[in-house]
Amino acid sequence: MEKKKEISVVLSGAAGQGIQTVEEILVRVIKDSDLYVFATKEYMSRIRGGNNSTTLRISCEPVHANIDRIDLLVVLNENAIDRLRWRMNDSTIVLGEEKFVRNEPNHVIIDFSKIAESFGNRIYANSVATGVLAGIMNLNVEALKKNIEEHFSTRSKEIIGANVSAALKGYEIGRSLNLKLELTRCEEVKHKRLLSGSKAVALGAVAAGCNFVSSYPMSPSTVVFTELAKMAKSHGILVEQAEDEIAAANMVIAAWYAGARGLVTTSGGGFALMCEAISLAGMIETPIVVHLGQRPGPATGLPTRTEQADLNLVLYAGHGEFPRVVYAPGSIEEAYELTARAFNVADKFQIPVFILTDQYLLDSYYLVDQLPEVSIERHIVKTNQNYRRYEITEDGISPRGIPGYGDGLVRVDSDEHDEFGHITESASVRKMMVEKRLKKFKRIVEESLTPRFFGSENYELLLVSWGSTFLIVREALRSLGNDKIAHLHFPQVYPVPPTAKRFFEKAKKIIFIEQNATGQFANLIKQTFCMDTSNRILKYDGFPYSVEQVLRAVREKLEVE
Amino acid sequence: MFQPNDYDIPNADIAWCPGCGNFGIMRALKTALAQLNLSPQNVVIVSGIGQAAKMPQYVKAHMFNGLHGRSLPAAVAIKMANPELVVIAESGDGCSYGEGGNHFIHTIRKNPDITNIVHNNQIYGLTKGQASPTTMRGQITTLQIDGVYVDPFNPIAVAVALDASFVARTFSGYLDLTVEIFKQAIQHKGYALVDVFQPCVSFNKLNTYEWYKENTYILPDSYDPTDRVQAFRIATETKKFALGVIYKNPSKPVFEEQLIAYKTNKTPIAYRGLIA
Ligand SMILES: Cc1ncc(C[n+]2csc(CCOP(=O)(O)OP(=O)(O)O)c2C)c(N)n1
Ligand code: SF4
Repeated sequence: MEKKKEISVVLSGAAGQGIQTVEEILVRVIKDSDLYVFATKEYMSRIRGGNNSTTLRISCEPVHANIDRIDLLVVLNENAIDRLRWRMNDSTIVLGEEKFVRNEPNHVIIDFSKIAESFGNRIYANSVATGVLAGIMNLNVEALKKNIEEHFSTRSKEIIGANVSAALKGYEIGRSLNLKLELTRCEEVKHKRLLSGSKAVALGAVAAGCNFVSSYPMSPSTVVFTELAKMAKSHGILVEQAEDEIAAANMVIAAWYAGARGLVTTSGGGFALMCEAISLAGMIETPIVVHLGQRPGPATGLPTRTEQADLNLVLYAGHGEFPRVVYAPGSIEEAYELTARAFNVADKFQIPVFILTDQYLLDSYYLVDQLPEVSIERHIVKTNQNYRRYEITEDGISPRGIPGYGDGLVRVDSDEHDEFGHITESASVRKMMVEKRLKKFKRIVEESLTPRFFGSENYELLLVSWGSTFLIVREALRSLGNDKIAHLHFPQVYPVPPTAKRFFEKAKKIIFIEQNATGQFANLIKQTFCMDTSNRILKYDGFPYSVEQVLRAVREKLEVE
Repeated sequence: MFQPNDYDIPNADIAWCPGCGNFGIMRALKTALAQLNLSPQNVVIVSGIGQAAKMPQYVKAHMFNGLHGRSLPAAVAIKMANPELVVIAESGDGCSYGEGGNHFIHTIRKNPDITNIVHNNQIYGLTKGQASPTTMRGQITTLQIDGVYVDPFNPIAVAVALDASFVARTFSGYLDLTVEIFKQAIQHKGYALVDVFQPCVSFNKLNTYEWYKENTYILPDSYDPTDRVQAFRIATETKKFALGVIYKNPSKPVFEEQLIAYKTNKTPIAYRGLIA
């Protein structure tokens, strides 16, 4: 039988129809069949109706990025095809009930509900669909059974049995279609694990000793919160749904003050309410870690969509002048590592540290290797009777004590203060304290993360990305295979690492790619290095880039030459 | 035994006006801490911003002087991270009931074991005399030049309505009463609100020492604070304001004791990994 290298399956239906269930079970079956998988979803801000879709890339090689191409489209409601038409091509196979698919050239009619009814209830249609897909791709049938059972494990024996039977029937149908969509298996997949961006942020936090989270729900950041709540017992995490974001941020700062390691997870609108608290953290030199899952604004914007337009917000959040660090993970692995790093850096320098993700990264998942161990660096000292919280030191960092640990008193003040933390209006003390806070910047810059370079050393064109566009750009440039074009990705966007300069200096031409309308990162680079950053590829329709879109945009830029 | 002056901050430059009611509250607080024999190392005073919120600047204990309106979220978090500490949140009426109104409501619902002392001078002191949420109808201020035309906020009634576990009111002119109530509030297991009438001699010419004496009365010993209906009636009186412990519900679960992270391990989160 002819074997393909990769299949792209898209599931599309109304909210509430259960595409999510099919996706959740299917990705596990794929993995258990020793195949790589990447999944990402786009959905409307509603609980019922509309049209949502999930893209699954199934491959015998690692896959990490969003694509437009659809090989197999599973349609569950009427407007699915209209919404996805632009992603279909001549060989796209459309699968679904007769009334939805009959007008398509390559269609396969499968009446999921009717088959489900023969097992007692229409609601088993999801399991039928899962089975059909598993059958089409000749996935491991034992894995199908096992994952269906696990998914419904809290239900009655009858329900589990009916779902398994419905899935097996679907599998049989899928096999009989003979669509020739099969892939070579890959043993090494056994050693990998499925991980989503959201879960990676949560695991990174826990790995770095996060033991306090207070937040207020807001898409797309909420899953990080719920993942941490699930680990509250096993990892000793204090979890509090605050009355609002203002309370959440103040709580997390106060928790750090008292000796915890705290996180807030929010989105742009929620973070806007936290800006004053960020300023408080800057003044009292108490760490805070903020995970900000971006979505398109202004205001409520597109609640379930994606964008990279809150960089300026976190760069300038909070009145007054104080240092901060901003990370922007480009992959699920980086989401884990940078979140963990954020805790250690916040603790070390006693500053706010931000992790900027977005809906696309948080809601995507793929297979990752074993996650690296992270050391928990706690910079807390036992205080003595003469303890001064804001003792002037060479590098601006005063040893941080916590109440109840030692004989000293830990006194922090949002007013300007002296070394003891006492309110003051002395001009000389003010000047000294401003300088003390800003002095920390030197070491922060020294310890910043160098951007990641991909390409050959004799490049002429440099494509610059930050955050979640990383792997999409990476795949696009790989497929282009032009050694005059290199890729520079920034996991740390602020402070802009000084080491970035040499990459820019070598390039004849630099293109910035961002998911926003004004090129916020390009503007920051311009401001930092006083260089021309006007060549930009920008997207701000709320949907993530795809490999094809990046390729097209880069080609267009090359043609302009 | 600690003495009240053990909580003095040497050479503190106190920013309150001479004659201000805040002095009485400070004296009562230091006396209560001393009588409860609490070491400064064991007490955290959390405040917002305002004249009242400067209190921890002048009391020897741990201090978290945070943002205007935000003393309660900070106090709750400190108690969560380290339940062994005695946590007192202290601020003015504007800070506590205006800017921090949402936190006031939700902290009562949570019932953490903290004490919330509100210096209620019925005016904004630090910003020089605008109406606060508790300024009385008709009172002329620097900003409400034609008199206040909205009803005052009634913190006691709100607290009773929300079934706060300890609700008291006192007057800073009555030292012994205030000390006694502070002691009870600190010892109470759960959220304790103490609203303290506090004359602002600079900006509130209506609610003076004399006014408070004439318009308040002390609840008799026979008063039963566990009777919620009666407490609500007392809380909504407007002729004369009752002083004393107005309401108490000792059977409410304490917030931090219910947290999953403390179910099997009682060590404060703050100390885990630090102290073996
Ligand atoms: C967010 C914010 N808004 C406004 C202020 C200015 N401000 C400081 S204190 C205060 C009101 C003080 O009144 P109150 O809380 O009753 O305390 P008092 O000074 O009367 O003791 C205001 C409006 C501030 N510091 N922060
Ligand atoms: S302004 Fe009023 S409340 Fe503030 S210190 Fe002066 S008298 Fe006291």
